[in-house]
Amino acid sequence: MTHQEKRAWIMLVVTVVAYTTYAVIVVGRAHGHPLSGVPYAATMLWSIGAAILASIVADTITSGPRRARITDDRDRQIGRMGEHIGQSLVVVGAVAGMLMAMAGWERFWIANVIYLGFALSAVLGSVAKIGMYHGRLPQW
Amino acid sequence: MVKPTRVTNNIRALRFAHGEMTQADLADRIGVTRQTVIAIEQGRYSPSLEVAFQIARVFRVPIDSVFSYTDPEEG
Repeated sequence: MTHQEKRAWIMLVVTVVAYTTYAVIVVGRAHGHPLSGVPYAATMLWSIGAAILASIVADTITSGPRRARITDDRDRQIGRMGEHIGQSLVVVGAVAGMLMAMAGWERFWIANVIYLGFALSAVLGSVAKIGMYHGRLPQW
Repeated sequence: MVKPTRVTNNIRALRFAHGEMTQADLADRIGVTRQTVIAIEQGRYSPSLEVAFQIARVFRVPIDSVFSYTDPEEG
C-alpha cells in the first residue's frame, strides 16, 4: 500500500469515527426533546479538532522510512481526482446551508448540514481514492 | 464510465529477461512506487510519456518494444 493510499484510509476511518461519535453524543443529549435545542457547538468543534489531530498522529505513526513515502504521478492524479469527487458534497452542504439560512432555519440545522457535507465529502473522496488505487484511473 | 486502456505492455517479460528484475527494482530506477509498476504491468494505469521512456531506457529497448497501442478499429 502506498503512503498516499494509507492516508486515504486514515482520512476515511478518522472521519467516520469522529462524525459518528459527534452524532451519538448530540442525539444522546436530546432525551426526547427537539434536537435543535441540544447544545452542539463545543462538541462539533472538539470532534473536528480531534479528527485533525488524530489524522496527523496516525499519518506520523504509519509513515515508514523516507523511501516508503515516495509520491509519484499516479498518486497525484488519484489525489486530485479524489478531491474533485469529494468537493461536490462540500458544495451541496454549503448550498443547502445557505438556502436553510435564507429560509430562517435554526442555526443547529444549518451548522449540522454544513458539517455533514464536510464529513460526507471526506468519506466520498477517500472511498474514491481507495477505489482508484485498486481499480483503474478514470480516463475520459 | 471508465474506459479500459488500449495500451498494452511487455514489462513483465522484459523484467524476467533482465535478470528477473523485481517490480521494486524497476520502481526504484524510474522513481515511482511499486504499486504504480504493478498497475502499469496489469494495464490498469497508463504512465506518462516520460515514465514510459524511462522504462524503455531501463531495459535499453525502443519504447514501442515496451508499449503497444491497439487501434479501436482493430478491436
